[in-house]
Amino acid sequence: MSDEGHTGRNEISRRDFIKVTTGIVGGVIGLAVGVPAIAYLLDPAFKSGAKEAWIPIGKFADMQIGQPYAFSFTRVQVNGWERTSTSHGGFVIRKSDNPTDTVIFNSRCTHLGCTVNWKADAQAFICPCHDGKFGINGKVLGGPPPRPLDQFTDFRVTQDGVLEIYYKES
Amino acid sequence: MWKNVYEWLDERLGLNDLYKNLLDRPEPKGNWWNTLGSAALFLFILQGVTGIFLTVYYTPSPDHAYDSINYIMNGVAFGWLIRGIHHWGATLMVVVVFIHMLRVFVTASFKYPRELTWLIGIGLFLVTLGMGFTGYLLPWNQQSYWATTVGTQIAGSVPFIGDFILKVLRGGSDLSALTLQRFFSAHIWMLPAALAGLIGVHLYLIIKHGESNFPSKED
Ligand code: HEM
Ligand code: FES
Repeated sequence: MSDEGHTGRNEISRRDFIKVTTGIVGGVIGLAVGVPAIAYLLDPAFKSGAKEAWIPIGKFADMQIGQPYAFSFTRVQVNGWERTSTSHGGFVIRKSDNPTDTVIFNSRCTHLGCTVNWKADAQAFICPCHDGKFGINGKVLGGPPPRPLDQFTDFRVTQDGVLEIYYKES
Repeated sequence: MWKNVYEWLDERLGLNDLYKNLLDRPEPKGNWWNTLGSAALFLFILQGVTGIFLTVYYTPSPDHAYDSINYIMNGVAFGWLIRGIHHWGATLMVVVVFIHMLRVFVTASFKYPRELTWLIGIGLFLVTLGMGFTGYLLPWNQQSYWATTVGTQIAGSVPFIGDFILKVLRGGSDLSALTLQRFFSAHIWMLPAALAGLIGVHLYLIIKHGESNFPSKED
């Protein structure tokens, strides 16, 4: 009845067989427990949470040449069970019939971030907070703002005539 | 090589003695009913591990408890599995502990010298029920909210001090954020600590006295 007696060239002893099967079964169980556990812990690290997108602004045909067209949109950021929404806005200014001849300003004041408004009588963007003033070309005309209005430089007009801007979280 | 490592460790830790005393104990003739205590111990460890994993995402605040559980179920890889095990393990643990208790009663194993093992067992059973009671509120859904409302009312029907007990359980007269937070604290710290301590003494007593024999026909 000695195990060793049976270990011929191609045979494995009962003891080794049990060792190997225990190892395999143990390994399988280990994987079955370990993989879900690690995936569960690492999961949020693999979620990108789309931070950029094409945002539709409005019908391009509705935007008149030489007239700032105001728009706004909100972005919702989802982290687990927490949702934060941020509002953004701006002005589209078409300079000619050519769709590429368009400037899109961000309405966020470059001083401290208030939202500027277009005042037709003054022909300027006026900031309500500290009287910052920008021309229709975005240049600073007065007040504390340190630089011209920011622009959305990536935009396109879709086949059905909708103007879209490419928004990227900074 | 491994043999040397083992011997070095054994000399300082007494591994062989531990093995003899803890695992190589004499047992009465094998009986499946005698495995229920070990099953309960396994479930306790399982609940501990899955519970710790749940706290990675669960938030005990009225604003977020429900959403965070929702996130565990639908947003996290294998979240449904971890919560599922914890959820069903909780019920199973109560059942297993209860049947274990029944078997000890039926075989009259609570007699001398095991009275203390039995008494501590009653504590274990009550604390396990407490785990179920406090855990049930945590998802903060309609079902758990009203179950806890009623459960604490029942505790509040005790004569004279009932009202006080109700306020202690709820952390005030209403079910509120305070209730959720103290149930959470009880569920993950106080009651598990109590369970672990009681289990330790329970096991010590079992090892000290050995397991009781099944009663024979004459008994
Ligand atoms: C020591 C360890 C434990 C920790 C850290 C822990 C942690 C948690 C957490 C964070 C939750 C909320 C998530 C959820 O509701 O699914 C929960 C729920 C729950 N726990 Fe535990 N737990 C432990 C042990 C136990 C035990 C021993 C029981 C046994 C009876 C139990 C019964 C419950 C119940 C009934 C729920 C509600 C399950 C549900 O409705 O989803 N827990 N636990
Ligand atoms: S924020 Fe616009 S001027 Fe100060």
